[in-house]
Amino acid sequence: MRTRVTDALTAVTEVRDGDTVLVGGFGMAGMPVELIDALIEHGAGDLTIVSNNAGNGDTGLAALLAAGRVRKMVCSFPRQADSWVFDGLYRAGKIELELVPQGDLAERMRAAGAGIGAFYCPTGVGTPIAEGRETRVIDGREYVLAYPIRGDVALIRAHRADRLGNLVYRKTARNFGPVMATAATLTIAQVSEIVEIGELDPENIVTPSIYVDRLVEAPR
Amino acid sequence: MNQPLGKDDLARLIAADIPDGAYVNLGIGQPTSIAHYLNPDSGVILHTENGMLGMGEIVAADQADGDLTNAGKQPVTELPGAAYFHHADSFAMMRGGHLDVCVMGAFQVSADGDLANWHTGAADAIPAVGGAMDLAVGAKQVWVMMTLFTKGGEPKLVPSCSYPLTGKACVTRVYTEVATFHITPGGVRVADTYGITFEELAERLDVSLIRTQ
Repeated sequence: MRTRVTDALTAVTEVRDGDTVLVGGFGMAGMPVELIDALIEHGAGDLTIVSNNAGNGDTGLAALLAAGRVRKMVCSFPRQADSWVFDGLYRAGKIELELVPQGDLAERMRAAGAGIGAFYCPTGVGTPIAEGRETRVIDGREYVLAYPIRGDVALIRAHRADRLGNLVYRKTARNFGPVMATAATLTIAQVSEIVEIGELDPENIVTPSIYVDRLVEAPR
Repeated sequence: MNQPLGKDDLARLIAADIPDGAYVNLGIGQPTSIAHYLNPDSGVILHTENGMLGMGEIVAADQADGDLTNAGKQPVTELPGAAYFHHADSFAMMRGGHLDVCVMGAFQVSADGDLANWHTGAADAIPAVGGAMDLAVGAKQVWVMMTLFTKGGEPKLVPSCSYPLTGKACVTRVYTEVATFHITPGGVRVADTYGITFEELAERLDVSLIRTQ
């Protein structure tokens, strides 16, 4: 369906209690802060959040955690110098943690977006991450089976978009955005600037509009 | 050398061992400092798993661009020839065997090259793995930069790791303040020592060591 350009609060109104929400960003680079603020205002709770980290400082994802809206975090690197919000919830037993190696996190979402049922991955063979999982030796090397991670919603931040929803990113803020955009039923992108159709070079589009459902302009 | 190496000396030593033209990932923490000692003419290209090749130096806060960071979320620069890519590509690059060397820190390394660097297993610890398991299976060479002993004096090069593993039989070199070890199919070879004799080293470790002739 054609991408709809809206304000942030309108964009997140379809998020439901209990949804799995993919949240872009690596630390604060690429973090869709305005969309998360809108989600807090919207009020959906009991969420499972899939993101590389578990919040930095007190804004963005950390603010959503602090508001008590998250039941479970699926991430690769929760513990950081500025992850005090998550640390407090985890130690108090108020949040579940599923730890996923960073490359598995990305590839499992890529698989979801690409229609792949599961894949054999060498990451984590012989470690606690592989315990209880199906393994297989292929050409003499051991792999563990990894399943897709799908989101009900993805919240991502890109740099610029055209009104169709084609996205370009900026530097390392690209990180999980292009993969998450493909892996959710409803993908909401915030961008610094929305330009007219035809103003972005088609050769430079990273996320084609087909993956983007809602577009929010948040100038920075 | 007859002195144990300081952290900067160790970083300089590892930088000098990285082959010219190599694509290299430097782990968060101490290994990040190796970048500072790379010869600009070496043609070494740094990969950062958050999605960039051609990463430059860490910069001060007043020059920081929030959209341009290393894996430790520190602000960095881009060098001429830099390239950006998304996370699935960044880890495909790693797992696909395209990265020549990665250098990581470690809690423990075993004589077989098993690596433990993500979780102490302590009940109150919050585990964090990041890209360590992907690097361990993906990079052609996995080097470890660590102190050889814990603060309590326990060896970190061990017969078998007591901490949860990051990867099996993946480490090929261990750089420490008192010795450099090469983990080979034939055993652990001491490539160099700094401020300690081979005999003293053999006495303090529970791992059988091969002397370099």
